[in-house]
Amino acid sequence: MGLWKNLFAGLRGLFQKRQGEQELDDELRDFLDKSTAEKMRGGMTREEAWRAARMEMGGVEAVKENVRSAGWETYIETLWSDLRFGARLLRFNPVFAGTAVLSLALGIGANTAIFQLLDAVRLRTLPVENPQEIARISIEQREGLSGDFNGRFSDFTNAIWEEIRARQQGFSSVFAWGSTTFNISPAGEVHNVQGLWVSGEFFETLGVKPVLGRLLTPAEDHPGCGAGAVISYSFWQREFGGERSALGRSISINRHSFPIMGVTPPEFFGVEVGRYFDVALPICAEPVVDGAEYAMLPRRSAWWLASMGRLKPGWTVERARAQLRAVSPGIFEATLPAAYNPGSAKRFVKNQLGVFPAGSGVSDLREEYESPLWLLLGLAAVVLVIASANLANLLLARASAREKEMGMRMAVGASRGRLIRQLLAESLLLSMAGAALGAFLAHGLSEVLVASLNKQQDPLFVNLGTDWRVLGFTTGLAVFTCILFGLAPAIQATSVSPWIVLKEGGRGTTDGRARFGLRRVLVVLQIALSLTLLVGALLFGRSLGNLAKVDAGFQRDGILVTDLDYTSLHLTNEQRVAFGSELLKRVKAIPGTDGAAIVEYAPLSGNASFHDVLMGTSSLPADEDKSSAFNIVSPGFFAALGTPILAGRDFDEHDVAGAPLVAIVNETFTRKVAKSENPLGITFRVRRMGTMLGPFEIVGLVKDTKYVDLREKPEDIVYTAIAQADHPDEDTQILIRSKMPLAGLISAVKATASETNGNLDVSYYVMKERIEGGLLRDRLMARLSGFFGILAVLLAVIGLYGVISYMVARRRNEIGIRMSLGADRRSILRLVLRESLLLLAIGLTLGIALALAASSAAASLLFGLKAHDATTLIMATLILAVIALAASYIPAMRASRLDPLEALRHD
Amino acid sequence: MTDTSATLVQGTLDMLILKTLALEPRHGWGISQRIQQLSHGVFEVNPGSLFPAFRRLERADLIACEWRISENNRRAKYYSLTKAGRQKLRTETMEWERQVAAIARILQTAS
Repeated sequence: MGLWKNLFAGLRGLFQKRQGEQELDDELRDFLDKSTAEKMRGGMTREEAWRAARMEMGGVEAVKENVRSAGWETYIETLWSDLRFGARLLRFNPVFAGTAVLSLALGIGANTAIFQLLDAVRLRTLPVENPQEIARISIEQREGLSGDFNGRFSDFTNAIWEEIRARQQGFSSVFAWGSTTFNISPAGEVHNVQGLWVSGEFFETLGVKPVLGRLLTPAEDHPGCGAGAVISYSFWQREFGGERSALGRSISINRHSFPIMGVTPPEFFGVEVGRYFDVALPICAEPVVDGAEYAMLPRRSAWWLASMGRLKPGWTVERARAQLRAVSPGIFEATLPAAYNPGSAKRFVKNQLGVFPAGSGVSDLREEYESPLWLLLGLAAVVLVIASANLANLLLARASAREKEMGMRMAVGASRGRLIRQLLAESLLLSMAGAALGAFLAHGLSEVLVASLNKQQDPLFVNLGTDWRVLGFTTGLAVFTCILFGLAPAIQATSVSPWIVLKEGGRGTTDGRARFGLRRVLVVLQIALSLTLLVGALLFGRSLGNLAKVDAGFQRDGILVTDLDYTSLHLTNEQRVAFGSELLKRVKAIPGTDGAAIVEYAPLSGNASFHDVLMGTSSLPADEDKSSAFNIVSPGFFAALGTPILAGRDFDEHDVAGAPLVAIVNETFTRKVAKSENPLGITFRVRRMGTMLGPFEIVGLVKDTKYVDLREKPEDIVYTAIAQADHPDEDTQILIRSKMPLAGLISAVKATASETNGNLDVSYYVMKERIEGGLLRDRLMARLSGFFGILAVLLAVIGLYGVISYMVARRRNEIGIRMSLGADRRSILRLVLRESLLLLAIGLTLGIALALAASSAAASLLFGLKAHDATTLIMATLILAVIALAASYIPAMRASRLDPLEALRHD
Repeated sequence: MTDTSATLVQGTLDMLILKTLALEPRHGWGISQRIQQLSHGVFEVNPGSLFPAFRRLERADLIACEWRISENNRRAKYYSLTKAGRQKLRTETMEWERQVAAIARILQTAS
């Protein structure tokens, strides 16, 4: 109650100021009157009594001031007048104010942009009902899992998911989902949209309500499956213009028609932060969409689902985890894939389920970018510190110019604390203006950041709204920088003695040396920090360079990969092989084609397959087999790719079904698996999903190529012939090397496809672009750290230049005297440069120590070099030293060219 | 400006003001006179500290104020004790007496 009264009275004091003042006046006058009256009764004259009463009270204004300062509202009042005064001063110095605000805006903007992204992918909770109750179920240490993995979160097979649903107790309900892409084009060129497989409980558990129609319910998710598709709000807007008539219309998904049953609300993007969905189908519809041959639903070795649930009231994550752990053996024993070899099976049943908080959803984007973003935030913060140090330097220079003003104000009775407050108000004004502009910049910057991470084949969606966290962060930065650059100069400026007012002239004031010392410390700090950033920039730049130079084992340029899908033709196995080679023949006939070949997995496409290899002809299943990477190709593959055949031969027209099975292997396979100098003629068998294949005879040896990722160590790869494939796919992926311009080539391929058969689904990508997509994170780190590094060096050099110039200006007299006493130009040059060399040396030493300590944070993000890379450190030190010396050479030259007479005449 | 007047022990002014208001509401001058009178002239309260104390106590909700017409027919601000003020006075007085007694004991035995 006291607090409210205080608050209310304070507000009244602020807003009804005149009335308050009047009352205080009245009260004091009343007091004086009574005091006077009393004194007159004691025998004084009216005049005397009045004077005595006034004397007793002391200064009326002082009393009033004391009364006012007993309430909190005075602080606000003085702050307000300080701010107004500060604004007036800054208006008189537009260049200073402009530079300060702009550099702060850049620094704060960069920090806020990165934080905004972090907030969106890491800190924010899912836009669903009570997100803190949502938890994810997954396997804790994944052991002995093999099979087909599909989607971004392939935690479970359908069998495991059904067991979990039946046996869990800690959740009021659980759901499963899987990410995929759906082709919504009824024919011709493929149009992929972001798809979601969801179990019937998905929307209910999350508490998502439809904006139109209705959403899927558990009752509709059953074998046989008659349900329709749920579409997202953005998809509804994009494809149907937000028309209500979309309801009841149908949409083609992988050439199957589904009625649209409902639309989700605008803010709902699924449970994967950083991604979105366009269409959601019940998981029971999967066999229909993917076709019986490829259906994942009934297969125990198809991993394509992930699971979450809403905890029951009173159940914690730990309790739910303990319960699921207890039932884990039962679940894994009941779902063991039949094809597993005994070793894998033993490890498979030992897996344990875990429960993890998932109020902020799951995110592959987060897994990939969280630590780089924190690192970038750190770099941006350092840039801000360097910029603040520059501002502090500027303010210190101003502080010496304002010595007199401060002395005067202290002489007339202002307290030091009051003056510091007033100077800080000025700094606060600068930092607030910088923060406001920075927040504005940040919005654009973070969008650019997200756009730079976007890949065409798996698009991002990051909701970059400004929430209280971002606001708090930006405000915090403003206050932090204000104190960083404002406090020291304010303390310095007010450390003058009031006597200064009485001194004539400004030369050689008492404490100039101390003040100058602080500026030197700031410059040393700037050099040290900017060296650290420069080291970081060079590390990431060189790491990206290493990745670009990696020998992938083939020529990346000029390759188009096209996929021709003929599922709709319903061909038999033999027909598929024939149709594929017909397609290849026609593609080869396109003018300008240097080479074309069929390939199961294009290198570095992210698709892969590993199978057990058994050397010799033995068919006895070993406990633990070595597994190798596999690929299925047509003759001419290595020529088209530009991979040299080192020994033996390529596949040819004789390697067909019925002929002896042949294989081509790479160098690593020879070394690690075949363990032989000359692998030609060696035979081996392959165990694929429980089936024994082979024996294969090795007929060729090729150079190592990268398989899934540029960063990987060479994999042992086995190539088999497409014409001998035991189970050909219903699509043919053709790799084309061509001289033709891309656009022309693509339309030629499309024309060829439709000439062959009008019912093909055609999709394509440029190999080089796909490979570069895999380097996005490295490119982001190299670019941003490079930008921050350059900015930091620039700011530090400006700081050094400023301090050296200032020193030259201060020592003008001394230099003049030295020159007139016979010092030559070179010795003056030396005098000045010695100063900057000293600062530089201390700064660089400090910086090297700092860089060594800090760079280990980057270790996991680097490729082909260590975090403590000596070359990088030396390069950075040299670059910074040269630039810094060049910058201090300018004022040094100026000093050496001083006219001694002129210098002495000036004060 | 009497040299004889003693300086108040730190923090006791608030308690004395509350005490003078225990019986009836008074205005500023009245309070200062009353303190002087009750202390037989030992304490003379400076308006420079009296008025800020009023503001402080008012904000803390220990005293309340109202404008009345005083004896000489002029507007005067009268202060009175609030419930919280009365409570505060009681606890402060008890605490003060306890401390004074303790100090007195120490002074007696120490000699």
